[in-house]
Amino acid sequence: MKNRANPSERPSQSEGASSRAGFFPKWLNINVAVQDVGFFLVGLIAALIVGWVVFPAVLYSKQTQPMNFNHRLHVSPDIGIDGETREERCAYCHEFRDDGTFAGIPKLDKCTECHDDPESPLGDTPQEKEFLERYVSGGKEIPWLIYSRQPDCVYFSHIAHVNMGELSCDTCHGDFADNEKLPVYQENRLTGYSINIWGKRISGIYGDKKPADRMKMDDCAECHTKMGQEQNNSCFVCHK
Amino acid sequence: MKKENDNGKPRHRYGMVIDLDKCTGCGTCMIACAAENNVSVRPDQSDKERAITWMRLYKITNGKEFPDTEVSYFPRPCMHCDHHPPCVSVCVATATKLDFNTGIVSQIYTRCIGCRYCQAACPYGARYFNWWDAYFPKDKGLDRYLSPEVSPRMRGVVEKCTFCHHRLMRAKEQAYAEGRREIEEHEYQTACTEACPVQAITFGDLNNPDHKVSKLVKHPFTFRLLERLGTEPKVYYYSSRDWVRKLGDNFLPGEYKPVLHKTWMQEEWSTKPGRDTY
Ligand code: HEC
Ligand code: HEC
Ligand code: HEC
Ligand code: HEC
Ligand code: HEC
Repeated sequence: MKNRANPSERPSQSEGASSRAGFFPKWLNINVAVQDVGFFLVGLIAALIVGWVVFPAVLYSKQTQPMNFNHRLHVSPDIGIDGETREERCAYCHEFRDDGTFAGIPKLDKCTECHDDPESPLGDTPQEKEFLERYVSGGKEIPWLIYSRQPDCVYFSHIAHVNMGELSCDTCHGDFADNEKLPVYQENRLTGYSINIWGKRISGIYGDKKPADRMKMDDCAECHTKMGQEQNNSCFVCHK
Repeated sequence: MKKENDNGKPRHRYGMVIDLDKCTGCGTCMIACAAENNVSVRPDQSDKERAITWMRLYKITNGKEFPDTEVSYFPRPCMHCDHHPPCVSVCVATATKLDFNTGIVSQIYTRCIGCRYCQAACPYGARYFNWWDAYFPKDKGLDRYLSPEVSPRMRGVVEKCTFCHHRLMRAKEQAYAEGRREIEEHEYQTACTEACPVQAITFGDLNNPDHKVSKLVKHPFTFRLLERLGTEPKVYYYSSRDWVRKLGDNFLPGEYKPVLHKTWMQEEWSTKPGRDTY
């Protein structure tokens, strides 16, 4: 429209565009279009960085456990826990009560079956001294933070999965028991849930996703469906 | 009705028979229910419009003048309708569903958006809305009685009787610990059933011919509330009195057919096992 108002400019412009004339329509200004796409990409990348890097960092608060616990050492066969298999040794601390409920993280009296005397440590590490001084001598429970803790409304049964479903602990908890140092506990500032529920990757893209990566509602149901346990996918199985 | 679920595994249908001849209206079931299920109290609990009572006791009379007056009490839990529960079909958020494996109508508080359609749809008034956040007065020690097995409700959601569904999960865990898959009748009983001092409530699996309820429901004195709506409630009532049974539904004049007391007692029922107390 401008061209018509100022016809003298017309030949020069069509000449400039003539080299690419067959390819792009005349009304499209190539330079502007490239610029626009560029701006879009810059904005998109910035938004992705904010969304996938900055936001999770802000969303999750990092907390350290009250003390370190060396799982690898305590599940090794040679410190005095009986049990042929690895799972049997887990059960020394993570036991089922007689009524089938799961005791979860052991209480201090389980630790003091071995660490019974605050004066004579079993090894010679400063961690053990600290543990004996701070908790064992005063008989104080260790306030562990629980990585896999589900929301209040969720009902989960360990005995159904471990005894009846014959799943190993590592299926859902990964190689947690091979750690020498406890990972940092990250808590969602909005919901108060641990990062293990939503998974470490906020994008939700895992490739070959394992139950240990993430434990949202869909992940529970996915495994139930895969293992032919559809009857356990109605609301009042996992909720209370 | 389908007896098996899609996996071909047996399906349970938990239900209840309440004997109105035995019920004295003491209200123990209401208290036991509220204590078991973390039901919140109000500062003024006498405000019955707003108070939450999963198990509610009604009083009915035959409407006659003094020497002929008769009274009956009427405990009302959720009926756990077996056939298209009206609350489920109106729920816009899929927060309430009929669990096909147990026949229990579930209510997921975190999913509920508080629209209260279900409350309006329920023919039995079994659903309650949380107008306020849960309140458990600390100085009275009520907070120490909270059960970790029942999730607490928040303001703005609907709640109702769940047939003490957490007790089913507890019984299952116990069974698994002993290497069993099936649970016994006595292992899963609701709190109201256990609490009733005159044992007016019988609870069990209606699909299991060995459970007492499945025999009781066949008795001609057993009826259900608003049975002709076709929602197939799984809570049955038993009464030997005709006027009580008649109040269980809206009958046209002359439509209600009284049960012939004598014939049944002598011929059919007295020879059948199960209901020896009558
Ligand atoms: C000596 C006792 C002991 C033994 C044996 C033991 N654990 Fe633990 N476990 C603990 C303690 C204490 C904690 C709490 C500290 C922590 O979070 O690591 C814990 C925590 C865990 C947790 C984390 C729970 C959570 O979500 O926070 C998992 C998973 C776990 N143990 C699995 C295992 C497995 C699998 C084994 C066997 C291979 C095992 N444990 C053997 C004492 C033990
Ligand atoms: C079966 C016996 C046994 C039990 C039960 C046990 N421990 Fe130990 N623990 C040991 C032994 C043995 C060592 C010393 C290893 C060494 O340093 O040589 C040790 C070492 C430790 C250390 C020092 C680890 C390090 O990194 O050097 C800590 C901390 C500790 N235990 C904490 C606990 C806690 C907490 C519990 C309870 C959940 C517990 N232990 C239960 C046997 C046990
Ligand atoms: C099917 C997956 C699955 C399997 C298999 C499994 N867990 Fe868990 N575990 C969970 C979930 C989910 C939670 C969170 C439960 C909750 O918050 O109610 C959990 C919680 C825990 C906790 C913390 C419990 C607490 O609240 O104190 C410990 C400890 C634990 N698991 C250990 C084990 C051990 C040991 C085994 C093997 C015997 C095992 N788990 C097998 C899924 C699993
Ligand atoms: C790795 C696979 C797997 C994962 C992940 C898993 N489950 Fe299961 N779940 C099973 C299997 C298999 C069974 C059936 C066990 C049986 O009865 O044989 C089962 C059964 C159950 C039951 C048993 C009900 C009963 O009493 O019979 C509940 C409850 C349950 N799962 C809840 C959960 C929840 C909640 C999660 C997620 C936090 C979860 N499951 C994650 C495999 C899994
Ligand atoms: C296989 C187990 C399982 C089944 C079946 C299941 N859920 Fe869940 N649900 C979970 C777990 C685990 C969580 C917590 C993790 C999450 O937020 O995804 C959860 C979380 C939720 C939440 C969010 C609660 C919160 O506080 O964040 C809602 C709402 C919910 N479920 C509704 C339902 C409804 C409605 C159904 C039935 C249609 C259902 N669930 C069936 C396991 C299950």
